[in-house]
Amino acid sequence: MTAAVDLPPIRPRNGARRQGFLRRLFADYGQECVVLGAIVLLFVVVTFINPRFVNTNNLITIFSGNAYIAVAAIGMAMVIMTGNIDVSVGALIGVLATIAGTLAVSGYPIWFALTAPILVGMAVNTVIGVLVAYGRIPSIVVTLGALSILRGGLIGVTGGTWITDLPPDFLIAQKRLFSIPVPLIFMIVLTVAAFLWMRYSAFGRSIYAIGGNPEAAVATGIPVERRLVSVFAIHGAFAGLAAILFATQLQVIQSTVPPNLELTIITATVIGGVSILGGTGTVIGSTLATILFATIGSALIFINVSAYWLRAVIGLLILATVLADMLRRRGRA
Amino acid sequence: MNWRALIRHETFLALLLVLVLVVLSFQSDRFFTVANLLNQGRLMTEIGLIAIAMTFVIATGGIDLSVGSILGLVAILLGVFWQNVGMPLPMAMAAAIAAGTFAGFLNGFIITRFRVPPLIATLATLALYRGLAEGISQARSVRGYPDWFYVLGQGEVLGVPTQLWILFAAAVIASVILAYTRWGRTVYAIGSNEVASRFSGLPVETTKLALYTASGFAASLAAVIFVSRVSTTRSDMGTGIELDAITAVVLGGTSIFGGRGTIIGTIIGLCLIQALKNGLSLAGVKGDGTIMLIGAVLILAILVSNIFERSGSR
Repeated sequence: MTAAVDLPPIRPRNGARRQGFLRRLFADYGQECVVLGAIVLLFVVVTFINPRFVNTNNLITIFSGNAYIAVAAIGMAMVIMTGNIDVSVGALIGVLATIAGTLAVSGYPIWFALTAPILVGMAVNTVIGVLVAYGRIPSIVVTLGALSILRGGLIGVTGGTWITDLPPDFLIAQKRLFSIPVPLIFMIVLTVAAFLWMRYSAFGRSIYAIGGNPEAAVATGIPVERRLVSVFAIHGAFAGLAAILFATQLQVIQSTVPPNLELTIITATVIGGVSILGGTGTVIGSTLATILFATIGSALIFINVSAYWLRAVIGLLILATVLADMLRRRGRA
Repeated sequence: MNWRALIRHETFLALLLVLVLVVLSFQSDRFFTVANLLNQGRLMTEIGLIAIAMTFVIATGGIDLSVGSILGLVAILLGVFWQNVGMPLPMAMAAAIAAGTFAGFLNGFIITRFRVPPLIATLATLALYRGLAEGISQARSVRGYPDWFYVLGQGEVLGVPTQLWILFAAAVIASVILAYTRWGRTVYAIGSNEVASRFSGLPVETTKLALYTASGFAASLAAVIFVSRVSTTRSDMGTGIELDAITAVVLGGTSIFGGRGTIIGTIIGLCLIQALKNGLSLAGVKGDGTIMLIGAVLILAILVSNIFERSGSR
């Protein structure tokens, strides 16, 4: 990759301070460590109460059923890092899943049904990106509008009916590769790839630069408008991938996505350490946060708490994480 | 006031509203009737109350995503206080509204004391309050309220739906506060430049705390009216209402970055959305087509107003 700009590395390499590795890790990836700690703690506690919790099948169900949220959160993390937001992604995933399913049952080749959502997602979000970058409309306004348009379009096209009789080859989320469920592979590979790309490529670094200080980014010679459009387009591609996982995990495709899916995705991103003010965070954090939510959901069932309390517990946990993060940041400042 | 003062977002929006009303009344004879318009007013009161409080919040550069969840929580608490705890209904109403107002206060407390960005703080309490509503209700609904309670949501006073009087009063009071009081100017000042406001000795934290509390109160009031209108309580009430309210506020010309916005703009935005919803459904357009159109109107309105503003300032 040709480096258009030379940004300094996150912090200078300093071999002499090798013993401070843990401290450095915590300073750079504090929020990720907190979330990981919460997951581990949750596992230990719940396993004490009900040993069946750490059953492999259960774990796989937890993780792969929520992988699509983690995949969508990767794109969301990039958008939020530039200091923008997208509240329409839930509706977009619904639309893209419907497109994939409709193509699959209408006799189009499977590969086509599985690539179309990615391309359409990119196209839709390119329009959103252009409106944000060149139309100078705040992203929350554009995506609020897009939310209405996509949601209305989805209901209009499907009329609320479910898509059934999906061809078996289409249901890739139910398959396994080397006995690992496909959604899990998607989640891990995409997270690691996106993390490395954002940390080491010039493009990835410019995402942080734009979010950290847009004016400085312009002064550095980063084509901010073009980058913003690209980031939204990439986010659309991840929404397409998420839609494919969502569409192929069951035998039917419901015409509705889980309510407030966009808020779940945004929350996972933010809890994972991506600052809503832009400029900081990693996609490892957002994936860990998705896993945390999924673990909480399953844990409640295993310790016999009514599922009706699930959201209250998640809400309380989000609040605790946010407050802990704020206190940690203030302590460091 | 000279004619230049009229070149602003609210004027364009009002013209658009008139245009929409004219076009829609040609599409269906049932649209431009007093009965229909009053009924539409009934339907927009809940979003309206929330949107009025939201105008203040957004004008400070903040946002409150938890209002829909507060609405759901208050509705559930109203039912529980009345039926399960056995309070008399007026007391249950007061207690539920107090709880919802406290929920708003808690938002403000988290935002001002811990310096959590409003979007994050209210995203967290959105999950928390809705979760509490679900947990407390265990998916049971409460019905069978006494007849007098329905006056609020289904009755009329002087031939106008009861809740429309409440919305009207709220809009007038809010306009006066925002436009003519020192407190209202403080709201704009915070939205334009929070740091400068703080250095100018303005009560930034107190104002914000009061605004989020007021937002909780507005959502609680909307909840009671909602329950009275639909005669039942469910824990999923008000889901997504925050986005409807924000749409109305932003369409009404309030800048999402703060510092600019009027109550009259919000009300016009609200009327425009409701007129489109109702008029198009009477004209035979399905509900989903209307939702799409509202989304497009939102984006276009802001785009056009941006273009005008840019050409005007140079």
